[in-house]
Amino acid sequence: MAEALLCLAGVNTHIGQYHILQGVDFEVPRGSLTMLLGRNGAGKTTCLRTVMGLWRASAGSIRFDGKDVTRLPTPDLARLGIAYVPENMGIFAGLTVRENLLLAAREKALDEKRLEWIFGLFPAMKKFWNGLAGTLSGGQKQMLAISRAIVEPRRLLLVDEPTKGLAPAIIANMIEAFKELKRTDTTILVVEQNFHFARSLGDTVAVMDAGRIVHTGAMAALAADEALQTRLLGLSLEARP
Amino acid sequence: MNTARRIDWIPLALVGALMLAALPLVGSAPTWVTLTVAGLAMGMMVFMMASGLTLVFGLMDVMNFAHGAFISVGAYAAASVLLSMRASMQEPSVAANLSAMLPAMLAAIALAGALGLFFERVVIRPVYGDHLKQILVTVGGLIVCEQLIHVVWGPDIIPLPRPAAFTGSIIFGDVAIERYRMLAVLVGLAVFAAMWLLLARTRIGLLIRAGVENPEMVESLGYRIRRLFVGVFVAGSGLAGLGGVMWAMYQESVNAQMGMQMMVVIFIVIIIGGLGSVGGCFVGALLVGLIANYIGYVAPKLALGSNILLMVLVLLWRPNGLYPVGKS
Repeated sequence: MAEALLCLAGVNTHIGQYHILQGVDFEVPRGSLTMLLGRNGAGKTTCLRTVMGLWRASAGSIRFDGKDVTRLPTPDLARLGIAYVPENMGIFAGLTVRENLLLAAREKALDEKRLEWIFGLFPAMKKFWNGLAGTLSGGQKQMLAISRAIVEPRRLLLVDEPTKGLAPAIIANMIEAFKELKRTDTTILVVEQNFHFARSLGDTVAVMDAGRIVHTGAMAALAADEALQTRLLGLSLEARP
Repeated sequence: MNTARRIDWIPLALVGALMLAALPLVGSAPTWVTLTVAGLAMGMMVFMMASGLTLVFGLMDVMNFAHGAFISVGAYAAASVLLSMRASMQEPSVAANLSAMLPAMLAAIALAGALGLFFERVVIRPVYGDHLKQILVTVGGLIVCEQLIHVVWGPDIIPLPRPAAFTGSIIFGDVAIERYRMLAVLVGLAVFAAMWLLLARTRIGLLIRAGVENPEMVESLGYRIRRLFVGVFVAGSGLAGLGGVMWAMYQESVNAQMGMQMMVVIFIVIIIGGLGSVGGCFVGALLVGLIANYIGYVAPKLALGSNILLMVLVLLWRPNGLYPVGKS
């Protein structure tokens, strides 16, 4: 397995009186796409938000490229090269598509070549370039959220449920886009509920339950083991393609 | 699908419709013109005082009742400068008057801005995210500031004559328009234009607009929203100081309670406009200024409640204000 870019060790997170993450340990290998799976309420979103510094870890350590980033504020983490796409997409509805992307660019101007590449992944971004982001459809908003995260090369991409509420055709578009992203050797950590999406893309997998990691390994191994899927994820037969 | 950026003209059209609707009620065209200019002037001054507060609320969800203190302190700072330059103020020359007014305005902006910086660091910062504590400490801060004004400038009302070149009226036929009100309209328009340019045409403006919608996401993109907030807070406090100067010269006096007295109108304006929206604040201020003047003339007994009535009607029509800011 490749060297880890992100490493969580014994991470605990409290939100108010609730103890959500209860000692999370897992690694995201450099250049891979890791799927973080688990039932609703397992702590997947909290895990991403803790890595991004949006919630503070109350114990344990988070290392990024060998550096302890547990206490770093969110803007510093972003400047280290971590991009985050939240579950609600976090687009700025009152800004245009262009302004949303411009805001994410560290450079003052957008890189035209990179932009063309993004338009190739998501043609809708070009079509609605000067349109208000708030008027886009749900699928287009998700495309914008991902486009914003990759408007410049980033070292780690954190994506929370990119297929949530999307039509099958849009999910197919997302799968192709993530495959293209994988070809750029970007390290990606995706929280996902859609097992078909996860098995189509994942190199490695971590499964969470009740605030802990209960399984890690190769995605292919989990995809091939239906009994393990049922035990870890409670997948019904219908959920398996 | 038409997703092109477009301006919602309906609230702006409402301002025009209100003016036209008032004409038959007022009955006399010259009186209507006088009232309209008075309403616009009042609206512009309220806009200057309120615009900073709406951004502060939108950006960091902070309810700052001490905003009134910045208005009063700005007015007092300017009064000190203006009274020390009395000779320039009494000359019937625009240039001589402006040579006193500009330093006075700068002093007001600087002192109110500095007070804003102190407030953000000492009073507001410990109570981020807790509205109840924000109300308690900022109301307390407002009272403390008023008492400090009494200590520094004394408890008496300070008369503040208008600059000589801006007293009296310009007569067009039967229409009399106060010179000072025209000045207030011009200053208000200049402030609005500057804010619009900043928000619409600059990267910092882009960040402020994004921060009002979703501060957490702005941080996730690598920007320190707290620094942005401090900048907006200080600028908003300075603008309140500028509004205080204009209002004090309009009232021709300065007193420590003037900021607190304006807070009800300011809150009505930012609620009507949509919390966090500068454009909404501008339109809301114009509506409030116009309604106050028209109703004050047509039905003086209703004048006190007219702004509340306006707020109720606007919120029944658009519950999140004229230009709601999409929070996510």
